[in-house]
Amino acid sequence: MTDFEPTIIAFVCNWCTYTAADLAGTSRLAYPHNVRLVRLMCTGMVDPKYVIKALLSGADAVLVSGCRPGDCHYINGNFKARRRFKLLKEILPRFGFEAARLRLAWIGASDGHEFAATIKEMTEKMRELGPSEARRKMVI
Amino acid sequence: MPQSYKIEVPGADLGATLKNFLGAILGLEEVAAMLVPAWLPMKDTVMPVLVTDPAGLETADPLAPAFPLNAARLASRLTRKPAGGLVAAVLRPCEIRAFVELVKLKQGSADDLVIIGLDCLGAFPNTGFTQAAQAHGRGLTDKFLASALGSGEGAVDGIEPAAACRVCERPLPLGADVALGLFGVWPEGGVLAEGRTERGAEILGRLGLARAGAPAARTSAVEALVRAKTKLRDEMFARTTEATSSLEKLTAYLAGCVNCYNCRNACPVCYCRECVFTTDVFDHEPRQYLQWARRQGTVKMPTDTVFYHLTRLAHMSTACVGCGQCSNACPNGLPVMELFRTLAARTQAAFDYEAGRSLEEAPPLSVFREDEFPEVTAP
Repeated sequence: MTDFEPTIIAFVCNWCTYTAADLAGTSRLAYPHNVRLVRLMCTGMVDPKYVIKALLSGADAVLVSGCRPGDCHYINGNFKARRRFKLLKEILPRFGFEAARLRLAWIGASDGHEFAATIKEMTEKMRELGPSEARRKMVI
Repeated sequence: MPQSYKIEVPGADLGATLKNFLGAILGLEEVAAMLVPAWLPMKDTVMPVLVTDPAGLETADPLAPAFPLNAARLASRLTRKPAGGLVAAVLRPCEIRAFVELVKLKQGSADDLVIIGLDCLGAFPNTGFTQAAQAHGRGLTDKFLASALGSGEGAVDGIEPAAACRVCERPLPLGADVALGLFGVWPEGGVLAEGRTERGAEILGRLGLARAGAPAARTSAVEALVRAKTKLRDEMFARTTEATSSLEKLTAYLAGCVNCYNCRNACPVCYCRECVFTTDVFDHEPRQYLQWARRQGTVKMPTDTVFYHLTRLAHMSTACVGCGQCSNACPNGLPVMELFRTLAARTQAAFDYEAGRSLEEAPPLSVFREDEFPEVTAP
Protein backbone atom coordinates (compact mmCIF):
# COMPACT_ATOMS: atom_id res chain seq x y z
CA MET A 1 0.00 0.00 0.00
CA THR A 2 2.96 2.37 0.41
CA ASP A 3 3.04 3.52 -3.18
CA PHE A 4 -0.70 3.91 -3.47
CA GLU A 5 -1.59 7.54 -4.09
CA PRO A 6 -5.26 8.14 -3.26
CA THR A 7 -7.33 10.49 -5.36
CA ILE A 8 -9.68 12.79 -3.52
CA ILE A 9 -12.29 14.75 -5.44
CA ALA A 10 -13.36 17.86 -3.54
CA PHE A 11 -16.49 19.82 -4.46
CA VAL A 12 -15.92 23.15 -2.75
CA CYS A 13 -17.93 26.33 -2.63
CA ASN A 14 -16.51 29.44 -4.26
CA TRP A 15 -17.06 31.78 -1.35
CA CYS A 16 -15.73 29.78 1.58
CA THR A 17 -13.78 26.62 1.03
CA TYR A 18 -12.27 27.53 -2.34
CA THR A 19 -11.10 30.77 -0.78
CA ALA A 20 -9.70 28.79 2.15
CA ALA A 21 -7.80 26.60 -0.29
CA ASP A 22 -6.45 29.72 -1.96
CA LEU A 23 -5.42 31.09 1.43
CA ALA A 24 -3.63 27.83 2.23
CA GLY A 25 -1.73 28.29 -0.98
CA THR A 26 -0.78 31.92 -0.46
CA SER A 27 0.19 31.10 3.13
CA ARG A 28 2.53 28.47 1.71
CA LEU A 29 0.89 25.76 3.79
CA ALA A 30 1.87 22.38 2.38
CA TYR A 31 -0.92 19.92 1.84
CA PRO A 32 -1.05 16.67 -0.14
CA HIS A 33 -1.38 16.89 -3.92
CA ASN A 34 -3.94 14.10 -3.91
CA VAL A 35 -6.91 16.45 -3.94
CA ARG A 36 -8.60 17.60 -7.15
CA LEU A 37 -10.69 20.69 -6.48
CA VAL A 38 -13.95 21.30 -8.30
CA ARG A 39 -15.14 24.83 -7.66
CA LEU A 40 -18.91 25.39 -7.47
CA MET A 41 -20.71 28.51 -6.35
CA CYS A 42 -22.33 26.76 -3.39
CA THR A 43 -22.49 23.32 -1.77
CA GLY A 44 -26.22 23.61 -2.43
CA MET A 45 -25.29 23.07 -6.08
CA VAL A 46 -23.77 19.69 -5.39
CA ASP A 47 -26.09 17.19 -7.01
CA PRO A 48 -25.81 13.75 -5.36
CA LYS A 49 -24.97 12.51 -8.86
CA TYR A 50 -21.62 14.31 -8.77
CA VAL A 51 -20.61 12.41 -5.65
CA ILE A 52 -21.86 9.11 -7.07
CA LYS A 53 -20.11 9.69 -10.41
CA ALA A 54 -16.85 10.56 -8.71
CA LEU A 55 -16.91 7.38 -6.64
CA LEU A 56 -17.94 5.13 -9.53
CA SER A 57 -15.17 6.63 -11.66
CA GLY A 58 -12.63 5.49 -9.09
CA ALA A 59 -12.21 8.39 -6.66
CA ASP A 60 -10.94 7.04 -3.36
CA ALA A 61 -12.77 9.76 -1.43
CA VAL A 62 -15.09 12.65 -2.04
CA LEU A 63 -15.06 15.83 0.02
CA VAL A 64 -17.89 18.33 -0.15
CA SER A 65 -17.05 21.50 1.68
CA GLY A 66 -18.61 24.92 2.03
CA CYS A 67 -19.61 27.73 4.33
CA ARG A 68 -20.67 26.96 7.88
CA PRO A 69 -24.44 26.61 8.41
CA GLY A 70 -25.78 30.10 8.89
CA ASP A 71 -22.98 31.66 6.83
CA CYS A 72 -24.00 30.45 3.38
CA HIS A 73 -23.52 33.12 0.76
CA TYR A 74 -26.91 32.10 -0.66
CA ILE A 75 -28.49 31.78 2.80
CA ASN A 76 -29.65 28.16 2.73
CA GLY A 77 -27.62 26.26 0.14
CA ASN A 78 -25.56 24.44 2.74
CA PHE A 79 -28.68 23.33 4.65
CA LYS A 80 -29.84 21.58 1.51
CA ALA A 81 -26.37 20.12 1.03
CA ARG A 82 -26.45 18.72 4.53
CA ARG A 83 -29.73 16.88 3.87
CA ARG A 84 -28.47 15.52 0.55
CA PHE A 85 -25.26 14.34 2.16
CA LYS A 86 -27.21 12.70 4.96
CA LEU A 87 -29.06 10.79 2.24
CA LEU A 88 -25.84 9.78 0.48
CA LYS A 89 -24.35 8.62 3.77
CA GLU A 90 -27.37 6.34 4.19
CA ILE A 91 -27.11 4.90 0.71
CA LEU A 92 -23.50 4.60 -0.44
CA PRO A 93 -21.85 2.83 2.53
CA ARG A 94 -24.37 -0.02 2.13
CA PHE A 95 -22.79 -0.85 -1.22
CA GLY A 96 -19.25 -0.97 0.06
CA PHE A 97 -18.19 2.66 -0.15
CA GLU A 98 -16.84 3.03 3.37
CA ALA A 99 -18.33 5.98 5.26
CA ALA A 100 -14.88 7.51 5.68
CA ARG A 101 -14.68 7.98 1.90
CA LEU A 102 -17.53 10.48 2.05
CA ARG A 103 -16.85 13.67 3.92
CA LEU A 104 -18.91 16.80 4.38
CA ALA A 105 -17.07 19.70 6.01
CA TRP A 106 -17.70 23.35 6.75
CA ILE A 107 -14.48 25.22 6.06
CA GLY A 108 -14.80 28.98 6.09
CA ALA A 109 -12.88 31.45 3.92
CA SER A 110 -10.36 32.26 6.66
CA ASP A 111 -9.78 28.62 7.57
CA GLY A 112 -6.76 27.96 5.34
CA HIS A 113 -5.14 25.85 8.06
CA GLU A 114 -8.26 23.78 8.52
CA PHE A 115 -8.46 23.13 4.79
CA ALA A 116 -4.86 21.92 4.65
CA ALA A 117 -5.37 19.78 7.76
CA THR A 118 -8.58 18.23 6.35
CA ILE A 119 -6.89 17.24 3.10
CA LYS A 120 -3.90 15.84 4.97
CA GLU A 121 -6.16 13.85 7.28
CA MET A 122 -8.26 12.47 4.42
CA THR A 123 -5.24 11.48 2.35
CA GLU A 124 -3.70 9.59 5.24
CA LYS A 125 -6.98 7.90 5.99
CA MET A 126 -7.37 6.83 2.36
CA ARG A 127 -3.84 5.42 2.27
CA GLU A 128 -4.87 3.29 5.21
CA LEU A 129 -8.17 2.20 3.66
CA GLY A 130 -6.61 1.42 0.34
CA PRO A 131 -7.90 1.96 -3.19
CA SER A 132 -11.65 2.19 -3.68
CA GLU A 133 -13.35 -0.98 -4.91
CA ALA A 134 -14.40 0.94 -8.02
CA ARG A 135 -10.71 1.13 -8.98
CA ARG A 136 -10.18 -2.59 -8.59
CA LYS A 137 -13.41 -4.07 -9.87
CA MET A 138 -15.38 -3.60 -13.06
CA VAL A 139 -18.23 -1.14 -12.74
CA ILE A 140 -21.14 -1.59 -15.15
CA MET B 1 -62.76 5.74 15.93
CA PRO B 2 -64.02 6.00 12.35
CA GLN B 3 -67.73 5.44 11.76
CA SER B 4 -68.26 1.94 10.47
CA TYR B 5 -70.99 0.00 8.78
CA LYS B 6 -71.68 -3.55 7.75
CA ILE B 7 -72.27 -4.39 4.10
CA GLU B 8 -74.39 -7.53 3.81
CA VAL B 9 -73.29 -9.94 1.09
CA PRO B 10 -76.34 -11.85 -0.18
CA GLY B 11 -75.52 -15.32 -1.47
CA ALA B 12 -71.89 -14.75 -0.52
CA ASP B 13 -71.48 -13.09 -3.92
CA LEU B 14 -68.75 -10.67 -2.94
CA GLY B 15 -68.15 -9.50 -6.51
CA ALA B 16 -71.77 -8.51 -7.08
CA THR B 17 -72.02 -6.80 -3.70
CA LEU B 18 -68.93 -4.71 -4.34
CA LYS B 19 -70.24 -3.70 -7.76
CA ASN B 20 -73.51 -2.56 -6.22
CA PHE B 21 -71.65 -0.64 -3.54
CA LEU B 22 -69.45 1.09 -6.09
CA GLY B 23 -72.50 1.78 -8.26
CA ALA B 24 -74.19 3.48 -5.33
CA ILE B 25 -71.20 5.79 -4.88
CA LEU B 26 -70.96 6.52 -8.61
CA GLY B 27 -74.69 7.30 -8.51
CA LEU B 28 -74.17 10.11 -6.00
CA GLU B 29 -74.74 13.50 -7.57
CA GLU B 30 -71.33 14.96 -6.87
CA VAL B 31 -69.41 11.94 -8.16
CA ALA B 32 -68.77 12.43 -11.87
CA ALA B 33 -66.73 9.34 -12.67
CA MET B 34 -65.10 6.29 -11.15
CA LEU B 35 -61.69 4.75 -11.79
CA VAL B 36 -61.81 1.04 -11.03
CA PRO B 37 -60.09 -2.18 -12.17
CA ALA B 38 -62.33 -4.04 -14.60
CA TRP B 39 -62.25 -6.89 -17.09
CA LEU B 40 -61.94 -5.45 -20.56
CA PRO B 41 -64.63 -6.35 -23.13
CA MET B 42 -62.20 -7.49 -25.80
CA LYS B 43 -59.95 -9.75 -23.75
CA ASP B 44 -59.79 -11.58 -20.41
CA THR B 45 -57.54 -9.04 -18.77
CA VAL B 46 -58.05 -6.51 -16.01
CA MET B 47 -57.16 -2.85 -16.47
CA PRO B 48 -58.14 0.35 -14.72
CA VAL B 49 -61.16 1.87 -16.47
CA LEU B 50 -62.85 5.22 -16.07
CA VAL B 51 -66.65 5.05 -16.10
CA THR B 52 -69.36 7.68 -15.68
CA ASP B 53 -72.40 5.37 -15.92
CA PRO B 54 -72.97 2.76 -13.20
CA ALA B 55 -73.78 0.31 -15.99
CA GLY B 56 -70.12 0.49 -16.85
CA LEU B 57 -69.29 -1.21 -13.56
CA GLU B 58 -70.65 -4.51 -14.86
CA THR B 59 -67.18 -6.04 -15.20
CA ALA B 60 -65.55 -4.13 -12.33
CA ASP B 61 -63.39 -6.43 -10.21
CA PRO B 62 -61.20 -4.63 -7.68
CA LEU B 63 -60.30 -7.89 -5.92
CA ALA B 64 -58.89 -9.53 -9.04
CA PRO B 65 -55.20 -10.41 -8.53
CA ALA B 66 -54.24 -7.97 -11.28
CA PHE B 67 -51.86 -5.07 -10.79
CA PRO B 68 -50.65 -4.06 -14.26
CA LEU B 69 -49.66 -0.54 -13.22
CA ASN B 70 -49.78 1.73 -10.22
CA ALA B 71 -53.01 3.70 -10.63
CA ALA B 72 -51.68 6.61 -8.55
CA ARG B 73 -50.33 7.94 -11.84
CA LEU B 74 -53.80 7.72 -13.35
CA ALA B 75 -55.32 9.45 -10.32
CA SER B 76 -52.71 12.15 -10.82
CA ARG B 77 -53.71 12.55 -14.47
CA LEU B 78 -57.35 12.85 -13.43
CA THR B 79 -56.81 15.44 -10.72
CA ARG B 80 -53.90 17.61 -11.77
CA LYS B 81 -56.55 20.13 -12.74
CA PRO B 82 -60.27 20.18 -11.88
CA ALA B 83 -62.12 17.59 -13.97
CA GLY B 84 -65.55 19.15 -13.58
CA GLY B 85 -66.68 16.89 -10.76
CA LEU B 86 -65.40 14.50 -8.14
CA VAL B 87 -63.62 11.41 -9.34
CA ALA B 88 -63.93 8.30 -7.21
CA ALA B 89 -61.00 5.90 -7.45
CA VAL B 90 -60.74 2.35 -6.19
CA LEU B 91 -57.10 2.06 -5.16
CA ARG B 92 -54.82 -0.44 -3.45
CA PRO B 93 -53.07 0.78 -0.27
CA CYS B 94 -49.75 1.24 -2.10
CA GLU B 95 -51.52 3.20 -4.84
CA ILE B 96 -53.06 5.43 -2.16
CA ARG B 97 -49.64 5.98 -0.60
CA ALA B 98 -48.13 6.80 -3.98
CA PHE B 99 -50.95 9.25 -4.71
CA VAL B 100 -50.29 10.99 -1.39
CA GLU B 101 -46.66 11.43 -2.42
CA LEU B 102 -47.69 12.82 -5.82
CA VAL B 103 -50.09 15.30 -4.20
CA LYS B 104 -47.22 16.57 -2.07
CA LEU B 105 -45.31 17.18 -5.30
CA LYS B 106 -48.29 19.09 -6.71
CA GLN B 107 -48.96 16.38 -9.27
CA GLY B 108 -52.49 15.59 -8.10
CA SER B 109 -55.24 16.91 -5.90
CA ALA B 110 -56.60 15.04 -2.90
CA ASP B 111 -59.62 17.35 -2.81
CA ASP B 112 -60.80 16.26 -6.23
CA LEU B 113 -60.50 12.52 -5.55
CA VAL B 114 -62.66 10.27 -3.39
CA ILE B 115 -60.51 7.28 -2.55
CA ILE B 116 -62.18 3.93 -2.02
CA GLY B 117 -59.73 1.41 -0.62
CA LEU B 118 -59.99 -2.26 0.18
CA ASP B 119 -57.94 -4.52 2.42
CA CYS B 120 -55.36 -5.71 -0.06
CA LEU B 121 -54.83 -9.39 -0.75
CA GLY B 122 -52.09 -8.73 -3.26
CA ALA B 123 -51.79 -9.53 -6.95
CA PHE B 124 -49.83 -11.66 -9.38
CA PRO B 125 -46.98 -10.26 -11.43
CA ASN B 126 -48.09 -9.43 -14.98
CA THR B 127 -46.88 -12.69 -16.53
CA GLY B 128 -48.51 -14.70 -13.75
CA PHE B 129 -51.83 -12.94 -14.13
CA THR B 130 -51.86 -13.47 -17.89
CA GLN B 131 -51.25 -17.17 -17.37
CA ALA B 132 -53.87 -17.52 -14.64
CA ALA B 133 -56.45 -15.50 -16.57
CA GLN B 134 -55.90 -17.67 -19.62
CA ALA B 135 -56.60 -20.75 -17.53
CA HIS B 136 -59.53 -19.51 -15.47
CA GLY B 137 -60.98 -16.47 -17.20
CA ARG B 138 -63.22 -14.30 -15.08
CA GLY B 139 -63.56 -17.04 -12.49
CA LEU B 140 -59.99 -16.34 -11.43
CA THR B 141 -60.89 -13.84 -8.73
CA ASP B 142 -63.02 -16.30 -6.75
CA LYS B 143 -60.21 -18.89 -6.87
CA PHE B 144 -57.73 -16.26 -5.79
CA LEU B 145 -59.92 -15.08 -2.91
CA ALA B 146 -60.40 -18.63 -1.64
CA SER B 147 -56.65 -19.14 -1.69
CA ALA B 148 -55.73 -15.75 -0.23
CA LEU B 149 -58.25 -15.82 2.61
CA GLY B 150 -57.76 -19.53 3.18
CA SER B 151 -54.41 -21.22 3.59
CA GLY B 152 -53.24 -21.01 0.01
CA GLU B 153 -51.55 -17.63 0.56
CA GLY B 154 -53.00 -16.38 -2.67
CA ALA B 155 -51.38 -18.93 -4.93
CA VAL B 156 -53.41 -20.33 -7.83
CA ASP B 157 -51.98 -23.21 -9.94
CA GLY B 158 -48.62 -22.56 -8.36
CA ILE B 159 -48.68 -18.91 -9.46
CA GLU B 160 -47.80 -16.83 -6.41
CA PRO B 161 -48.55 -13.21 -5.62
CA ALA B 162 -45.74 -10.82 -6.51
CA ALA B 163 -42.78 -10.59 -4.17
CA ALA B 164 -43.74 -7.03 -3.27
CA CYS B 165 -47.19 -8.20 -2.20
CA ARG B 166 -45.84 -11.19 -0.27
CA VAL B 167 -43.68 -8.94 1.93
CA CYS B 168 -46.10 -6.02 2.17
CA GLU B 169 -46.75 -5.24 5.81
CA ARG B 170 -49.20 -2.40 5.02
CA PRO B 171 -52.25 -4.10 3.50
CA LEU B 172 -54.83 -1.73 4.98
CA PRO B 173 -56.10 1.28 2.98
CA LEU B 174 -55.35 3.79 5.74
CA GLY B 175 -55.33 6.83 3.47
CA ALA B 176 -58.69 6.13 1.84
CA ASP B 177 -61.86 8.14 2.33
CA VAL B 178 -63.93 4.95 2.35
CA ALA B 179 -62.17 1.79 3.52
CA LEU B 180 -63.60 -1.68 2.98
CA GLY B 181 -62.39 -4.28 5.47
CA LEU B 182 -62.12 -7.99 4.75
CA PHE B 183 -59.48 -9.33 7.15
CA GLY B 184 -61.16 -10.81 10.22
CA VAL B 185 -64.54 -9.77 8.76
CA TRP B 186 -65.37 -11.62 5.54
CA PRO B 187 -67.20 -13.94 5.23
CA GLU B 188 -68.79 -14.22 8.67
CA GLY B 189 -69.23 -10.48 9.14
CA GLY B 190 -70.01 -9.42 5.58
CA VAL B 191 -67.76 -6.52 4.60
CA LEU B 192 -66.78 -3.72 6.97
CA ALA B 193 -67.12 -0.20 5.59
CA GLU B 194 -65.34 2.63 7.38
CA GLY B 195 -65.41 6.36 6.69
CA ARG B 196 -61.81 7.25 7.41
CA THR B 197 -62.23 10.92 6.53
CA GLU B 198 -65.06 13.39 6.98
CA ARG B 199 -65.95 13.05 3.32
CA GLY B 200 -65.84 9.27 3.48
CA ALA B 201 -68.07 9.24 6.56
CA GLU B 202 -70.49 11.61 4.88
CA ILE B 203 -70.73 9.45 1.76
CA LEU B 204 -71.22 6.22 3.71
CA GLY B 205 -73.94 7.89 5.74
CA ARG B 206 -76.02 8.34 2.60
CA LEU B 207 -75.86 4.74 1.40
CA GLY B 208 -78.42 3.28 3.77
CA LEU B 209 -76.03 0.79 5.36
CA ALA B 210 -76.43 -0.73 8.80
CA ARG B 211 -74.16 0.79 11.45
CA ALA B 212 -71.87 -1.83 12.94
CA GLY B 213 -68.60 -1.93 14.84
CA ALA B 214 -65.66 -3.93 13.56
CA PRO B 215 -66.00 -7.61 14.51
CA ALA B 216 -63.93 -8.67 17.51
CA ALA B 217 -61.76 -10.92 15.36
CA ARG B 218 -60.58 -8.11 13.11
CA THR B 219 -57.92 -6.55 15.31
CA SER B 220 -56.17 -9.83 16.05
CA ALA B 221 -56.51 -11.03 12.45
CA VAL B 222 -54.90 -7.84 11.15
CA GLU B 223 -52.17 -7.93 13.80
CA ALA B 224 -51.30 -11.54 12.98
CA LEU B 225 -51.19 -10.80 9.26
CA VAL B 226 -49.02 -7.72 9.69
CA ARG B 227 -46.68 -9.63 12.01
CA ALA B 228 -46.28 -12.44 9.49
CA LYS B 229 -45.70 -10.04 6.59
CA THR B 230 -43.25 -7.94 8.61
CA LYS B 231 -41.19 -11.06 9.28
CA LEU B 232 -41.09 -11.86 5.57
CA ARG B 233 -40.20 -8.25 4.84
CA ASP B 234 -37.32 -8.28 7.30
CA GLU B 235 -36.02 -11.54 5.84
CA MET B 236 -36.12 -9.92 2.40
CA PHE B 237 -34.23 -6.89 3.76
CA ALA B 238 -31.54 -9.12 5.26
CA ARG B 239 -31.13 -11.16 2.06
CA THR B 240 -30.95 -8.09 -0.13
CA THR B 241 -28.55 -6.25 2.16
CA GLU B 242 -26.22 -9.24 2.06
CA ALA B 243 -26.56 -9.62 -1.71
CA THR B 244 -25.51 -6.00 -2.34
CA SER B 245 -23.01 -5.27 0.43
CA SER B 246 -20.12 -4.48 -1.89
CA LEU B 247 -19.78 -2.80 -5.27
CA GLU B 248 -18.88 -6.15 -6.81
CA LYS B 249 -22.03 -7.74 -5.42
CA LEU B 250 -24.20 -4.81 -6.48
CA THR B 251 -22.73 -5.07 -9.95
CA ALA B 252 -23.61 -8.76 -10.08
CA TYR B 253 -27.12 -7.98 -8.80
CA LEU B 254 -27.66 -5.47 -11.62
CA ALA B 255 -25.73 -7.29 -14.33
CA GLY B 256 -28.87 -8.12 -16.32
CA CYS B 257 -29.94 -4.48 -16.59
CA VAL B 258 -30.05 -2.94 -20.06
CA ASN B 259 -30.99 0.61 -19.05
CA CYS B 260 -34.44 0.34 -20.61
CA TYR B 261 -35.72 2.52 -17.74
CA ASN B 262 -38.99 0.63 -17.56
CA CYS B 263 -38.65 0.48 -13.77
CA ARG B 264 -38.50 4.25 -13.76
CA ASN B 265 -41.47 4.53 -16.12
CA ALA B 266 -43.55 2.18 -14.00
CA CYS B 267 -42.61 3.81 -10.71
CA PRO B 268 -45.49 5.97 -9.51
CA VAL B 269 -43.25 8.28 -7.52
CA CYS B 270 -40.46 8.82 -10.00
CA TYR B 271 -41.81 12.29 -10.43
CA CYS B 272 -39.56 14.11 -12.88
CA ARG B 273 -41.23 15.18 -16.09
CA GLU B 274 -37.91 14.71 -17.82
CA CYS B 275 -35.48 12.24 -16.35
CA VAL B 276 -31.86 13.31 -16.50
CA PHE B 277 -30.93 9.92 -17.92
CA THR B 278 -32.81 10.72 -21.11
CA THR B 279 -31.18 14.11 -21.55
CA ASP B 280 -27.93 14.75 -23.39
CA VAL B 281 -26.05 14.56 -20.09
CA PHE B 282 -25.94 10.84 -20.86
CA ASP B 283 -25.67 11.17 -24.61
CA HIS B 284 -21.97 10.45 -24.52
CA GLU B 285 -19.67 11.27 -27.40
CA PRO B 286 -18.43 8.16 -29.23
CA ARG B 287 -14.86 9.25 -28.37
CA GLN B 288 -15.77 9.13 -24.70
CA TYR B 289 -16.83 5.47 -24.90
CA LEU B 290 -13.55 4.55 -26.56
CA GLN B 291 -11.65 6.47 -23.93
CA TRP B 292 -13.43 4.60 -21.16
CA ALA B 293 -12.74 1.31 -22.88
CA ARG B 294 -9.06 2.15 -23.17
CA ARG B 295 -8.92 3.14 -19.53
CA GLN B 296 -10.93 0.27 -18.04
CA GLY B 297 -10.18 -2.52 -20.48
CA THR B 298 -13.78 -3.67 -20.81
CA VAL B 299 -16.85 -1.50 -20.68
CA LYS B 300 -20.31 -3.03 -20.46
CA MET B 301 -22.65 -1.33 -22.88
CA PRO B 302 -24.78 0.62 -22.33
CA THR B 303 -22.82 2.39 -19.59
CA ASP B 304 -24.12 4.00 -16.41
CA THR B 305 -26.16 1.04 -15.19
CA VAL B 306 -25.09 1.18 -11.54
CA PHE B 307 -25.02 4.98 -11.79
CA TYR B 308 -28.65 4.98 -12.90
CA HIS B 309 -29.87 2.80 -10.03
CA LEU B 310 -27.82 4.67 -7.40
CA THR B 311 -29.17 7.95 -8.72
CA ARG B 312 -32.72 6.70 -8.66
CA LEU B 313 -32.17 5.53 -5.10
CA ALA B 314 -30.93 8.98 -4.18
CA HIS B 315 -33.78 10.72 -5.98
CA MET B 316 -36.80 8.70 -4.96
CA SER B 317 -36.07 6.18 -2.22
CA THR B 318 -37.57 8.58 0.31
CA ALA B 319 -40.82 8.41 -1.67
CA CYS B 320 -40.83 4.65 -2.32
CA VAL B 321 -44.12 3.07 -1.29
CA GLY B 322 -43.13 -0.52 -1.99
CA CYS B 323 -45.66 -1.23 -4.74
CA GLY B 324 -43.22 -3.42 -6.67
CA GLN B 325 -44.14 -2.11 -10.12
CA CYS B 326 -40.43 -1.71 -10.81
CA SER B 327 -39.89 -5.47 -10.60
CA ASN B 328 -43.16 -6.07 -12.41
CA ALA B 329 -41.99 -3.90 -15.29
CA CYS B 330 -38.44 -5.23 -15.60
CA PRO B 331 -38.11 -7.25 -18.80
CA ASN B 332 -35.12 -9.12 -17.40
CA GLY B 333 -36.62 -10.06 -14.05
CA LEU B 334 -34.21 -8.03 -11.94
CA PRO B 335 -35.20 -7.85 -8.27
CA VAL B 336 -35.52 -4.07 -8.38
CA MET B 337 -38.25 -3.83 -5.74
CA GLU B 338 -36.13 -5.70 -3.20
CA LEU B 339 -33.23 -3.31 -3.72
CA PHE B 340 -35.35 -0.19 -3.56
CA ARG B 341 -37.52 -1.24 -0.61
CA THR B 342 -34.45 -2.26 1.39
CA LEU B 343 -32.72 1.07 0.82
CA ALA B 344 -35.95 3.06 1.15
CA ALA B 345 -36.53 1.65 4.61
CA ARG B 346 -33.14 3.05 5.65
CA THR B 347 -33.36 6.45 3.95
CA GLN B 348 -36.91 7.04 5.15
CA ALA B 349 -35.99 6.03 8.69
CA ALA B 350 -33.00 8.40 8.58
CA PHE B 351 -35.44 11.30 8.14
CA ASP B 352 -38.16 9.87 10.40
CA TYR B 353 -40.36 9.73 7.33
CA GLU B 354 -42.72 7.21 5.83
CA ALA B 355 -43.77 7.67 2.24
CA GLY B 356 -47.52 8.02 1.87
CA ARG B 357 -48.21 8.17 5.57
CA SER B 358 -49.55 11.71 5.71
CA LEU B 359 -50.18 14.67 3.45
CA GLU B 360 -48.85 16.88 6.25
CA GLU B 361 -45.36 15.37 6.16
CA ALA B 362 -43.15 17.24 3.71
CA PRO B 363 -40.81 15.17 1.52
CA PRO B 364 -37.49 15.06 3.44
CA LEU B 365 -35.40 16.75 0.78
CA SER B 366 -37.83 19.61 0.32
CA VAL B 367 -37.29 20.97 3.82
CA PHE B 368 -34.41 21.60 6.19
CA ARG B 369 -33.77 22.97 9.67
CA GLU B 370 -31.05 25.23 10.90
CA ASP B 371 -29.63 22.67 13.31
CA GLU B 372 -29.81 19.02 12.36
CA PHE B 373 -27.78 15.92 11.57
CA PRO B 374 -24.53 16.94 13.28
CA GLU B 375 -23.28 13.40 12.69
CA VAL B 376 -23.02 14.07 8.95
CA THR B 377 -20.05 16.38 9.42
CA ALA B 378 -18.33 14.32 12.09
CA PRO B 379 -14.93 13.23 10.71
